This record gives sequence, structure tokens and C-alpha cells, in this order.
Amino acid sequence: MNLKEEPLVFELSSPGRECASLPEPDVPAVPVPADLARGRIGLPEVDELSLVRHFTRLSQKNYSVDTQLYPLGSCTMKYNPKVCEQAASLPGWRDAHPLAGEEFSQGALELIWRLQAYLCAVGGFAAGSLQPAAGAHGELSGVLVIRAWHRSRGDEARRVILVPDSAHGTNPASCTMAGLRARTIPSDAEGGVDMDALAAALAETGAELAGLMITNPNTLGLFDRNIEEICRLVHAAGGLVYGDGANMNALAGILRPADVGIDVMHYNLHKTFSTPHGGGGPGAGFVGATAALAPFLPGPVAAKEGERFRLSTPESSIGRLKSFYGNFGVMVRAYVYLRMLGGEGLRRMSETAVLNANYLRSLVEGAYPVKYKRRCMHEFVAQGNLAEGVHTLDVAKRLIDLGFHPPTIYFPLIVPEALMVEPTETESKETLDEFARALLEIADEAKTNPGLLRAAPVTTPVGRLDEVAAARNPVLCFRD
Amino acid sequence: MKIDQSCRYRPSHEYARKDGPDFVVGISDHAQESLGDIVFVEMAELGKEVAQGEALGVVESVKAASDIYAPVSGTVSAVNGALQGDPALVNKDPYGAGWLVRITPSDPSQWDGLLDPAAYEKDAGKE
Amino acid sequence: MPFLAATESDREAMLARIGVGSVGELFSDVPEAARYPELGLPPPLSELEVLREVEAMAARNLAASRSAWFLGAGAYYHFIPALVPALASRGEFLTAYTPYQPEVSQGTLQAIFEYQSMAARLLGTDVVNASHYDGATALAEGLLMAHAAAGGQRRRAVVCAGVHPEYKAVLSSYAAAFPIRLDEVDLPPEGAAALADPDTFCVVAPYPGFDGAIGDIAAAARSAHAAGALLLVQADPIMCGLLKSPGELGADIVAAEGQSLGNPMSFGGPFLGMLGSTAALVRKMPGRLVGQAGDSSGRRGFVLTLTAREQHIRREKAVSNICSNQGLSMLQACIYLAAMGETGLRKVAELCWNKAHFAASLVAAVPGFAVGPGAGAVPGASSPRPYRFFKEFVVRTPVPAEELSAKLSRRGVVPGLPLSRYYPGRDHELLVCVTEMCTREQIELLARSLEEASA
Repeated sequence: MNLKEEPLVFELSSPGRECASLPEPDVPAVPVPADLARGRIGLPEVDELSLVRHFTRLSQKNYSVDTQLYPLGSCTMKYNPKVCEQAASLPGWRDAHPLAGEEFSQGALELIWRLQAYLCAVGGFAAGSLQPAAGAHGELSGVLVIRAWHRSRGDEARRVILVPDSAHGTNPASCTMAGLRARTIPSDAEGGVDMDALAAALAETGAELAGLMITNPNTLGLFDRNIEEICRLVHAAGGLVYGDGANMNALAGILRPADVGIDVMHYNLHKTFSTPHGGGGPGAGFVGATAALAPFLPGPVAAKEGERFRLSTPESSIGRLKSFYGNFGVMVRAYVYLRMLGGEGLRRMSETAVLNANYLRSLVEGAYPVKYKRRCMHEFVAQGNLAEGVHTLDVAKRLIDLGFHPPTIYFPLIVPEALMVEPTETESKETLDEFARALLEIADEAKTNPGLLRAAPVTTPVGRLDEVAAARNPVLCFRD
Repeated sequence: MKIDQSCRYRPSHEYARKDGPDFVVGISDHAQESLGDIVFVEMAELGKEVAQGEALGVVESVKAASDIYAPVSGTVSAVNGALQGDPALVNKDPYGAGWLVRITPSDPSQWDGLLDPAAYEKDAGKE
Repeated sequence: MPFLAATESDREAMLARIGVGSVGELFSDVPEAARYPELGLPPPLSELEVLREVEAMAARNLAASRSAWFLGAGAYYHFIPALVPALASRGEFLTAYTPYQPEVSQGTLQAIFEYQSMAARLLGTDVVNASHYDGATALAEGLLMAHAAAGGQRRRAVVCAGVHPEYKAVLSSYAAAFPIRLDEVDLPPEGAAALADPDTFCVVAPYPGFDGAIGDIAAAARSAHAAGALLLVQADPIMCGLLKSPGELGADIVAAEGQSLGNPMSFGGPFLGMLGSTAALVRKMPGRLVGQAGDSSGRRGFVLTLTAREQHIRREKAVSNICSNQGLSMLQACIYLAAMGETGLRKVAELCWNKAHFAASLVAAVPGFAVGPGAGAVPGASSPRPYRFFKEFVVRTPVPAEELSAKLSRRGVVPGLPLSRYYPGRDHELLVCVTEMCTREQIELLARSLEEASA
């Protein structure tokens, strides 16, 4: 890792330096009216080599999947195949304009249509839309679809969505953005939805129930054995079930969520379907639905008529949630991945993801207690408060010094000092063994030399940063 | 966990203390400690009328954001401007210099219905 | 099996350690009747085969590089310097996650800070966030931000009809869940803002409009502010390299589509939503923000900050549900802005401006064609204003624009967007876009082709 401070691009700037190489104007110059003309923009002036070095050196301060294991629970940091990158950068895709017209976009429309079909097949859904740009965007779509379905039946009163307390923060936030009210239901001692609390909540909510949002396996990495009963109860009470598919990596080819009663669901293409995380995006959120809800999906979507591919808006669509058709560049990557795996490959993917997680758990749970003793799926949640005065945060920072990115910390909220570990299927047994050794070493250090943990990390370009000062007096821009 | 004996409390950790015609409102020592270092405070405007239990504002730390609910109904008669520049006052002196707002009550008897110091200590200790 | 490392003997060793006999046992909680469904996907392909298949599909798409290209309307064909994809595709940027552990993510965090800084200067705002999904969702989030800033006390937003039709649709989708009334008015920005009343929290104005027209943003700001409303401007970022920024003209919140900055058109996504505002509104701003911070040795670093606004903390009370941003698209814009720099971006903008005006003059000289939207003036203005445009302009055509577009596209000239695509009835109008990618020869070819096709 590059440990040296890297100046800001503004600090590399010197008036007169240029990088851009543009042709000379071949048309007459037209004066810009004085009332519109801009003065100085304030952008830096840097030469090309300095810029190349600058961004190369910045990249060398990053940890990435291409470097080492990235066991972030709930994020599915699997290998991002290079063939997918190559496929996405073909000129027929890069230079394709969304409004070129159907006649000139048959290749792109076919790819979208096929991907929609494959993703529906994985979930058992009748139809789907690839317009959402991310998981949270897909969630918002799904909740809006539920609301639209109720309203189409004249049911304006149904505005409450039940959300387990283990849910990702985007779940209740999406409810709010859809104009619905989230009501939290507790988890039981086994880590699943508390069935008594669910029954009570359903009874109390009555005719205000719009539905329930569930992640299965949940954020504890546990498969809720009551899933079929939960869906049945919600349906009987007049509600619909939304599936948060963030953890689909555990179930592809193993279970189709529609088969157990999920009505509408999103997947994160940047998790289960291997598209790269890019430092925080772009992702893509496919949303699939049963036949009853298909007319409400966001559009337009790709459709096939005879041998031709078209754009089509579902008849009662909730409308547009972004411009154009979705993150097409991300779709190409997911398409290539699915074509290389096929159904058999997807099943192997999920089996190996679950195998790797259980194996890793067996190596470390002696030292890192796992609160819920049941079999986990593709991830598990342990606790990192190893000794008096040693917290999960300290374990995380010390892992960095031992060469690993920490797992997700302090989530889910229902487990104090949580350490959520998801190795994914693309990691070798050797890597898992190495990671386990590092965790066990830290567990020892916590008792014999806790100072090492609290001072960590010391092998990175910066140590722990003063986030409090940064939030009290935010500096969000360069000032010269 | 410091409990100010002249205050009464909501289970959600706000306190109210009589001071002349007004009540001084803030968050308890237990609350500031669980929030961690406070980075930002946003309170209702001067003159705003609030009902008991209605949201008065938000206290933010790096890891959490806590809604503040009015312990009594009334009108906001003062807002602690010092917190704009130094939100850490809420951590350092929650019952004194870290006060949030003053409320002129519309029904001062509501104070009697709040948790007394012993009851609050027991309630907060359960968490 | 592609992309897996586990061998049979690895699996056996792992199963033994876990204490189960087979992988199937790990799925014993899954309802038995539903387990191991037949998905019906086609059989897997090798890397070579899938590339061939995808290349064949891509070849059935019309790439802008193969035509004389004059189509814009929300996705733009601009020059991307080679160093942008070369640097952005580095594995350390591409395969990194959201920078939640700042010590091992300083590359991503510093790049975001640099982007925020350059974008703020470009748009003329005090602060810019780490991005939204696209210009349309950035605009919608800007609207919700303005609504929250008014404490939910005002309900009305005045929206110029000149905002991109897809953006207006997204505004409706997002606003539907809130007690917000969107009033669309067929007026330029200054006219729309004059309609702001005490129940108006925001005026939404494009800069430039969908028909290319540049309105009076400064006047719009004055009127909006006089009524106690905020001005939300949706801007073209390349245009900000030549003409006054919306922030400078008085906008409180600025949204923009950043695809023009170093990102390919890619059939409509991934794009880049830019969102900026004045300092006073920063705590209401959704999305990720990176701030400067120091460690105990005094070294400068960067962290995600003001996170208490976000969904993982506020949950149902969050300003927005947004979790991911458009990291890689933002990085490409960052490298682009740094590479173009002060002089390069201005040159790109000047090339667009000069070439667009040249094209307009040639097309206006073709018999039967005229430059300017429907009524010959900016719609709804009380007195005809001069039609001022940047890189896109509307052309009135003697034969239906859809017919012209089909004829010319088959001959290698894509002349623009027939407005009837979004506005049925406006079938004799074509939206023509000219960027630095168009040569003089291509522009002359456009004019000749339009003349031949309408004869």
C-alpha cells in the first residue's frame, strides 16, 4: 500500500499546464453574450504525466477485491471477472445512445430482455424490471409497486409495512420515501421473525397493513424456517411480501423466493451477480414480481414481439424511477456472468458460498462467539468485544495491520459489537485459513497485548481519523 | 450515570427542570454517554409551540441521531445558541451549560407526571 | 466451474471440519419441496463463446462512432481522453467497496473529495455530494431536500415545462409519496419563478431547457427568493465551463447530469447524478459526503462524514434511502475534470457553442427549415425573447421529423431527436445536438442531407 501523503490535484496545479488534447476549431467563433459569459471556473491545471501518477498513487492507497479477501457481510465482495469488463467496453455498447430508436438498438434491447428473463427464472418471478440503479432503488420500486397494487383495488388505507428489527436501514427508509409507514417487529431468540409478535402486529395493524419486508437469509445470515408461514399470514391479512434480495448469494439455484410466497423482490447485481463495486457504485437493482404485480413494475422494460425487441411500459406502471432504462453497462456484466455460470454454475456458486462461510465460522467461533447457534448460510455474525476495554472496532483496525479488510462492523443493530463475516464462494480454502489465523492471533493479542489493537492501524497511510472533528466542522471542498 | 436530583425525566432521556416561569430542557448524562461525541444539534425555533411528546429537534453524534421530544407542552422561549459552535457542551455538562431549550409551559402540572430521579435511574438502568 | 477455487478435496476437508456429511445438509432449513428448482437457464458458455455472443449482439447496435452524430436529449456524445478509462479501470478503484474503513480507502475518499471540490466550482455551489444515480434522480432528491428545508410547511413546487420530460416523470414518481403539489407551467425560468407564492417551497428551472433555450436564472432566483422559495436548477455541466454557473446566478440547489464528463453514453446508464447546494442546506443534503480529517499524528486524510443524515443511522427518518452512489462514474468525471482542467473544459464548451451555432446557421439556410421551437419564440413568454442556446437547438422541419430521422439514420447521419418522441403533436420539430465530436464536414453533410431528404 502506498503510505505517502498524496497532494490534492489542486496542489499539483500550476497556471499554464495542460493535459487536454483537442482539435483546433474548424468553424467560426461566435461571441458569448456578456450577460452569460463565465469568468474563471477554478479547475486545476495539471500535465498528463502528473495526473497519471496522481491517480495511480491514489489507487495504491486502496484495499480491493483484486488485492485480498474482503469479507464484508451483506456486501458479497466476490471476484469481478475481467471478461465482464471487456464485454462491457465494446463500442457497440459504450457509444450506444438510449434514444437511437428501436431499429438501431436491437442488440441492447435483446440483452436487457434476456437478462430480465434469466433473473426472473432465478427467482421464480413472472416479470421484472432492470430500471432501478441500485438495491435501495429497487426496494423503493418494490414498495411503490405494493402501494400501487392496493390502490388499484381501492384500498387507500393500507399504508403500514412491517419490517424486522434486523433489517438494513434502507428498508424503513424506502418505506418513508414511498409514503408508507414502517413498523418494526422484533426477532426471536433464534434470530428469526418473532411469530407471536408478527401475529400481534398483524392483528393490530388490521386493514392498514400494506405488507411486510423480509430479507431471507436475514442480516444474521440465518434462513428463517418460518418463511412460508410468514408469507401465508401476511397474505391472509391482506398484505403483500417484499423480499430484500441482498443475500441472494446463498440461495441461487437452491430456492426460488416466489415459490415460498414472495410477491416482489429486488436483487443487487453488484452483489450476487458479480458486477464490480467501484468504490461505491454503480450497481443495479433488478426488481422481479409475480404475475399479479407485473403490470405495476417501473418502466420502460424490454419486450419481445416476434423476432424483434422493443421497449414497453407495463400497463399500470408506477412510472419512471430514473432516466432511460437502467444501468445498462452493469447489465452487460451481469449477463456475461450468468451466461458463463448457467443454472448449474449458480447452484455451485451458492453452495460454495454457504460452505465457505460455515467453514470459516467453525475455525473462529471458539474465540469470537456467534450469538445465534443455528446453522448459518453465506454469512455469520460474531461478536468482537473480546476482553475488557477491547471492542469490535479495535479488532477491525488490527485486522488491517494483519493485511485484511475487516468484516462489516456494528451491523445488524440487534447484535451488540457485531462482526458480520461473508467470505463469498470465490475465495480459496487457503485464504480462509489465513484469515482465520489472523482473527485468532488478534483474539490472543486482545488478552496479552491489547494496546496493539487500540493503536491500530499503524501500517496504513493514515491512522484512525478524528471523525468527530470532521463532523463538527465539515470541510467538504478544497479551499485555496 | 449522573442523575440531576432537581430534574424530572422522560423514559426517552430528556429532562425538565423548573427555573422561574420556565422549564429548562436537555438530555440526561446517560443519553449523552450512549450517543458519544455530539457533533450537531438542531432545535425548534424560538416561539414554536410544542405539545408534550412532540419532536423538538435532533441531537447528532457520529454514529447516531437522537430525536428529542418535549417533556411538557408549551412555547419555546429560548434556544441554547452556544451549541452551534460547541456541541460538545452537551457531553461535558448536559444538565448545565449543555441545555437545549427553555419552554414556557402551558400546563406546568405535566411535570409531576414525569419520572422522578429515582424512577428514571431505575428505568435507564434497565437498558 | 468458473471463478471457484474449491477442489473436491478442499470441499471434503471443509465439510469434515464443519461436521456435516454433504453440502446438501447445509440447506436443511430450506423447505424441502421447494429445494433445488430447475431454473431453465441456457447451458453455460466458455469465456471465448460468451465474448463472441456478446460481440454479435453489440454489432446490432448503432454506435455513435460510426455515424455523423447529432442526437443528444439527455445522453451526450463527448470526447473522453484515453487516460480516463485507463486510470478508472485500475482494479484498486474498480473492485474496492464503499469507503467505510477510511484507513484502507484513502484512494477512493481523496478522489471523492477532489470530485466534490471540482464539481462545486463548476456548478458554483458551496458543496456537492458524492453523487446520485443520474441527473433525474439528483433533481428529484433536490426537490425533496428543498421540501425538507421548508420544514414541510410549504407544499407547492413550480416546475418549468422545459425540464427534460423524463426528469419530470421521475420528479412525479418521487414526489407522489409526499404532500407535495407539482405545478408544471409552460414558462421560461423567470416566468415560472414569478408565480412563486407563500405556499411555494421551490421553483424548478432548467439551464438550458429541453428545447435548448437558455433562460434568465438570475431573475428566477430573485423572484423565487422574494416569495421565500428556493431555486432548484437542473444544469448542463459542460455549459458551466463557458457560461455563468447556476450557483453564481443565485440557485440554492443545483442538479446536473454528469455523464458528459468522461462517461460513455452506454445506452442510458450508468450515468452520474450531480447535486450541490449552498452551505446553509448541507445538513439536509442526501447521499454521501466526504470531509477532510486528521489522525493523531496530524496526517491529513478523508472520511465519510455527516453520516447521521443517512439511512443506516436514521432509518425511516433518513433524508433519503440512498445507499450506493455512482462511485466509478464519479471517478471518471473526477479524472475528466482534472484532465480537461481550467483551459480544456472551456475549450470543449467553446467547441460545442461554436459548432452548434455554425450548424444552426447552415440548417436555417436550408429551404423550409427554421431554427427555434414551435412558436418561433421561447414558449409562453409574454414578449418574444431571442432564442439563445448552447449545444442543442430545435429545428422546425418541412416534413415530419420522424421521417427525416429514419431516412438520414440509415445513411449514416443521425440528425437529432424528433420531438414527437416525447410530445405527440410536435411532429415537425427536431432537437439537434452538436458537440466537439462533430466535424465541420459532418455538419455540412447534415445540412445537405436534410435538404435532400426533404426535397
